[in-house]
Amino acid sequence: MLELHAVSKSYANGTRALADISLSVDAGEILAIVGGSGCGKSTLLRLVAGLDVPTRGTIRVDGQAIASPHEAVGLVFQEPRLLPWLTVARNVGFGLTALPPAERAARVDAALARVGLADYGERWPRELSGGQAQRVALARALVTRPRVLLLDEPFSALDAFTRVDLQDHLLDLWADTRPTLVLVTHDVEEALVLADRVMVMRAHPGRIAGVMQLDTPRPRDRQSGTFDRAKRQLLADLGRANTWRPGEEAFPTAAI
Amino acid sequence: MSVSQTSDATDLGAPAAPAARPIPWRLLLGFVLPVGGALLWEAAVRGGLAEGRLMPPPSRILQTLAELASSGDLWLHIQATVARVVAGFALGVLAGTLLGALAGASGLARALLDPTLQGLRAIPSIAWVPLFILWLGIFEASKVALIAVGVAFPVYLGTLGAILSIDRKIIEVGRVFRLSGPALVRRIMLPAVLPHYVIALRSGLGLGWMFVVAAEFMGASEGLGYLLVDGQQLGKPAQIIAAIVVFAVLGKATDAILVALTTPLLRWQDVAVRS
Repeated sequence: MLELHAVSKSYANGTRALADISLSVDAGEILAIVGGSGCGKSTLLRLVAGLDVPTRGTIRVDGQAIASPHEAVGLVFQEPRLLPWLTVARNVGFGLTALPPAERAARVDAALARVGLADYGERWPRELSGGQAQRVALARALVTRPRVLLLDEPFSALDAFTRVDLQDHLLDLWADTRPTLVLVTHDVEEALVLADRVMVMRAHPGRIAGVMQLDTPRPRDRQSGTFDRAKRQLLADLGRANTWRPGEEAFPTAAI
Repeated sequence: MSVSQTSDATDLGAPAAPAARPIPWRLLLGFVLPVGGALLWEAAVRGGLAEGRLMPPPSRILQTLAELASSGDLWLHIQATVARVVAGFALGVLAGTLLGALAGASGLARALLDPTLQGLRAIPSIAWVPLFILWLGIFEASKVALIAVGVAFPVYLGTLGAILSIDRKIIEVGRVFRLSGPALVRRIMLPAVLPHYVIALRSGLGLGWMFVVAAEFMGASEGLGYLLVDGQQLGKPAQIIAAIVVFAVLGKATDAILVALTTPLLRWQDVAVRS
């Protein structure tokens, strides 16, 4: 449903952020992308969101090429990025202006209730904690019912307790309409708790270093032996991907 | 369950307690220095410690104001000055905002306009006076033009600076929601520039009051600036100070009106100190 074909991204200064990424994500699948900083994982997400345009290659959602932001694709940023001059309810309804006011209000109320902030509609963003603000951002992205939801390290700025709380909550929300989720993270545990598949990336230029399939049903026990083994293996994969030095590979087009 | 509603946020949104509010006292505090100073000076003159001829005591200034008010002259002068400030401010805001928006919206326009405008801004505005008098005559038009020039530059700078400082991250939110150009301007850029713009308007208004005096010095038969010149030429210090007091009151009052008009639009701001 989400297809990337030979996607590359170079910047004007010659930096190759992404090289030859091909990837297919099924409808309703949860894909986590992990990798060290500078591996291009956020760039990849921005391309899928249509905020940037790939230098080469194509990105399709349900067969439609993505070159600019698409109504079927939602995005949650690392920071909440709420608009400070709008109340919480108006922030959530920001993408719903095409709907009649009554329906918009109903959708906004339902979304706020769904993220546990039913009474917060008339508050200003400045009055929210970091976790609450990020939940509002989740509600804002989900209220338009996107078929693909992209999340760019959405919980990385939160404390450990709030992060675990929101990870569980995200699964809960995902179960409502089961959109395709693509989650960029540098938190290995987060990837293993949430994803069906974890894609490891390495840098210079950003490319896929490996993919790990996770078959354990959710919700997953963070304490179990299986989880621990998967975590150790993913950390080892990441370590290998991170120590990969540029120039080690003579033929950058070699298949992975 | 994950959806706890622990309210770890600050409670600013809760309705303020209806208990006695300390605000009136705070407002009165602002009167302590001017009123206290006036009383001290009055006492010094009455007590014979100071002569009070060149710096008349407050009672004489109030008396002068009362005389001017009862003869109707005061209102005539205030009306003339306020009309000039309003007209000059309106024109200056219009020009400054349009130019600022243009330069902020397009890099090309900025490259074209900004160097010239910065060059013009560097000219002391009083230097325009002879030219404006030659071009526009000695009556209202040249005065209003001078005030407009004084107002336009801070408004231009403020508008341009506000536009250039809009956070890219918040623009991206608009892009993700596929806002069209006009919608992006209306729903994201306008609210984002508003706090800076209000400050630009306030500094523009302050300069408007400054330049109205300069404009009225260059020959006026009415206006508060005329009262100043008249007081100097006829040796009436009480009249000069009375006019200065009226300037202070009018300047503060118009600024307060501007603040009161814009405060409801800026309630959302996350500021450290609320006035």
